[in-house]
Amino acid sequence: MAELLRQAWAVARKDLLLEFRTRTAIVSAVVFTALVLTVFNFGRDPTAVSTLDLAPTILWVTFTFAAMLALNRAFQLELENQALEGLLVSPLSRTSLYWGKLLANLAFVAVVESVGLPLFVLFFNVPVGRVLLPLVAVIALATVGFVAVGTLFSALVIRTRFAELLLVVLLLPFLVPPLIGAVQVTARLFGDRPLSEAVGYLKLLAAYDIVFVSLASFLFRFTVDE
Amino acid sequence: MSLLHRGRWITLLGLALLAGVYVRALAFTPVERLQGPAQKIYYLHVPAAIWAETAMVLVGLGSIFYLFLKDRRLDRFAAASAEVGTVFAAIVLTTGPIWGKPIWGTWWTWDARLTSTLLLFFLYIGYLLLRGAVRDPALGARYAAVLGICGMCLVPFIHLSVYLFRTLHPQPIILKPSAPSLPGSMLATWLFSLGVFTLLYVGFVIQRYALSLLWEERNGA
Repeated sequence: MAELLRQAWAVARKDLLLEFRTRTAIVSAVVFTALVLTVFNFGRDPTAVSTLDLAPTILWVTFTFAAMLALNRAFQLELENQALEGLLVSPLSRTSLYWGKLLANLAFVAVVESVGLPLFVLFFNVPVGRVLLPLVAVIALATVGFVAVGTLFSALVIRTRFAELLLVVLLLPFLVPPLIGAVQVTARLFGDRPLSEAVGYLKLLAAYDIVFVSLASFLFRFTVDE
Repeated sequence: MSLLHRGRWITLLGLALLAGVYVRALAFTPVERLQGPAQKIYYLHVPAAIWAETAMVLVGLGSIFYLFLKDRRLDRFAAASAEVGTVFAAIVLTTGPIWGKPIWGTWWTWDARLTSTLLLFFLYIGYLLLRGAVRDPALGARYAAVLGICGMCLVPFIHLSVYLFRTLHPQPIILKPSAPSLPGSMLATWLFSLGVFTLLYVGFVIQRYALSLLWEERNGA
């Protein structure tokens, strides 16, 4: 287990270092997030629908789109100069390769979300101060779930035609259960409802994370082996 | 008799019996008191829905065994089952609104079951797109198997997440813990229809399986 985590960290560190040195993808993703939030502002009628009613939708649609941008990048960058083959012949277990990619993707999405959340609060004037901690917990819970599936699928589509488009088509049905859970819990948090109302959705999010992280860790080897 | 012909005969028999289902449902089964003739679509809608979901589970099971046994037959079966499942999901999604318009007053509503069936349909479409997007057949089969297994595991989550919403959709009246709560003649028609849909599923899958076999022979795969 320690060995697995050490190897995973090596992969994640490599990815994050690459990202840190170029910063193209992360800056684009952050700007994209800001733009989506801006577009949302023009896509609603503030006199008809109150911001608070629309807030969970805005937050989660933005985060889902931003996460999908990040996921496309994960294996695309390994295609250049056959870097993926290099990773596969290195003494690295397939599971740790997956975990490394998952960690790097989670870090990437976390950065985007940590910029997106304050922007969302600023643009839409949503009072999150009182519920910040549970809100961050829900964001983390939902993000782990869809990044886990997304990392697996991004490895699945790299050798196909229209990889970027196919990833979105395959991934969106899988994002619906965590998205439903996250939106419902967020709506209850913003509406000052007791947390006991959201227990069912929280269980759903947790179960989704457990099932799909383990399933993807197991299935990943079948997507990269020759 | 070749596999393709056998599948064709089973399908033809299924289609002939399907005409029998129509006759029995329209002429020899009582009209439901509240819903009137609209309820007749139930005899097509529910068996198709049962097979649309079962087909996904079979795709998942075929995929699991394919990854371990690497038997091409399992992959061909999973591909065939997915295509037939897509057709059945499309039947469910078209018969549903036809019933919904007179009974609910709307073609579509974001109800739990409608949403879950729609997602199942998208899942099938994604699966078929992935199969078409990979050139190397062995690689495509493995990718499809991974997606098939994930898809099978997603189905209960879709159900759970949408069932936490309130539903407008009629509750099951046959597949429920207590005894079926509909008159014997309606139950008989329904069971007849379920049998016919099972036959159609088998017939379609055999034909599709035989076609991929022929395709592989021709392309020397």
